[in-house]
Amino acid sequence: MIMNSLFYQKKLSRNVGDKFFTSLSVFCALIAILPLIFVVTYILIKGGAQITPELFTLEPNPPGDDLDAGGINPALIGTLVITTIASIISIPVGVGGGIYLAEYSNGGPFSKFIRFGVNVLAGVPSIIAGVFIYALIVSTKILFGSMYSGLAGGMALSILMLPTVIKTTDEGLKLVPNELRYASLGIGASMYTTILKITLPTAFRSIATGVVLGIARAAGETAPLIFTALFSYYYIVGFEDLFYEMGSLAVLIYNFALEPYDAQNKLAWAASFILVISILTVNIFSRILAAFTEKTKRV
Amino acid sequence: MIKNTKKSQKKNILSLEDVSISYGTFEAVKNVFLNFKAGDITSLIGPSGCGKSTVLRALNRMNDLIPNCSLKGTVLFDGTNIYDKRVDPVEVRRRIGMVFQQPNPFPKSIYENIAFGARINGFTGDMDELVESSLRKAAVWSECKDKLNDSGYSLSGGQQQRLCIARTIAIEPEIILMDEPCSALDPISTLKIEETMHELKKNYTIIIVTHNMQQALRVSDMTAFFNAIEYEDGDGGKVGYLAEFDSTKKIFNSPKEKTTQEYISGKFG
Repeated sequence: MIMNSLFYQKKLSRNVGDKFFTSLSVFCALIAILPLIFVVTYILIKGGAQITPELFTLEPNPPGDDLDAGGINPALIGTLVITTIASIISIPVGVGGGIYLAEYSNGGPFSKFIRFGVNVLAGVPSIIAGVFIYALIVSTKILFGSMYSGLAGGMALSILMLPTVIKTTDEGLKLVPNELRYASLGIGASMYTTILKITLPTAFRSIATGVVLGIARAAGETAPLIFTALFSYYYIVGFEDLFYEMGSLAVLIYNFALEPYDAQNKLAWAASFILVISILTVNIFSRILAAFTEKTKRV
Repeated sequence: MIKNTKKSQKKNILSLEDVSISYGTFEAVKNVFLNFKAGDITSLIGPSGCGKSTVLRALNRMNDLIPNCSLKGTVLFDGTNIYDKRVDPVEVRRRIGMVFQQPNPFPKSIYENIAFGARINGFTGDMDELVESSLRKAAVWSECKDKLNDSGYSLSGGQQQRLCIARTIAIEPEIILMDEPCSALDPISTLKIEETMHELKKNYTIIIVTHNMQQALRVSDMTAFFNAIEYEDGDGGKVGYLAEFDSTKKIFNSPKEKTTQEYISGKFG
């Protein structure tokens, strides 16, 4: 038998191959992260330059007639309003559905069907959600005779948020150790007291993390809003504005980026900047939330 | 003499009549007849897989939470079959509390751990007093009194387990079930829990599953020995049965069954 030296030999074919594949995978990983870096830097540079205080307070001017484009206040507020509506609809329904899946269902055909349905819904292209709400709400004028409205936009986004919320609730609750449920039931708590007072609070942070990510995803959606909330140039002043066309950052970008006028293009860049920064912030926030969850987990 | 008359007065608080429990098609334990006397500590011992924990969980319907688990026969508590369709398992668990193998305090303060159960059971009296008396009875008051608002997890394993016992006491059950309460604990904590059990015996009936025969000998009045035998059809599966039930003294000194003798002398298990 030939005894090889125990020392590391660079020239050995397995070591050469090892080096090669390690570098290759590192290279691919770098390429994968490049788009993010480029997109974020580009938007930060292009959009960051356009940020002025007026941007947050003014209405956008109609394209074409003068050089000053105005601000994005209605779109900013619109995005907030629409995502709030989407959250109001999807969080209770989603958390409720998640509770059913994790706590009440016993893996029967019905819960399997729901889980499957949720997964399918998560893969539905966002534009389909828009068309669906368009057909259901907008074209039928079912909401007090209004057609395009912030409310319809919120509904479209809630369809996109729903699977995320259900899944994270389901998974968050499954992480709660069964011993805790037994402990509560073992001292005579009913199922719903156990869920409300013990299981949900324990899973709260992981559910919140998922919900926040769902909101961040919905806030950046454009396609479903084009069909439902459309766009508006005017300030949102009161409750009744919910029933009319409503602007949003994403649709503002879509509209103004395609305008031939420089002023509108700049406004689109500014809106992109704000959208990216807020989604980034929300993501980082949810990371912190998740990290906090890890720390407080049972030792 | 006095002890003898006392013993004869003890009545059956919980009776198993021809109880068989299965998980799906797998029969875990079959044909158990067993009477638990009020005010006694009864221990259930036996090798792994003999169904003693299964039987214990059947006593307050915790088995309901395990999918596919089904029970045949009757479990009489207070004259009622707790497996009657009209019986509310929540009510059963309020009167028959349970302490688990792993200490499992709620992720709340020590105070809230005790108050939670009492509150959901409609306790309206002085909560501070109840918390103190429950912790005292579970012999963990001195360790807890200065940090009632700290998380239950800030306690050591043994203290957590006594907190769980206190939590169970706080709902004033008639019976306390303990599923290997000391298996996750060190010997000193174990000793403390056993002392606690002796204290609790004055007011409660205790049924304990234990792998530790010395513990059964130390704490219990009655001992039920469960064993497992291979199925008659010979496919290798095992089914548990109650091999012998008698006073702890008799089980450990002069068991009737050969298998009991072999088990307590450590020949198998």
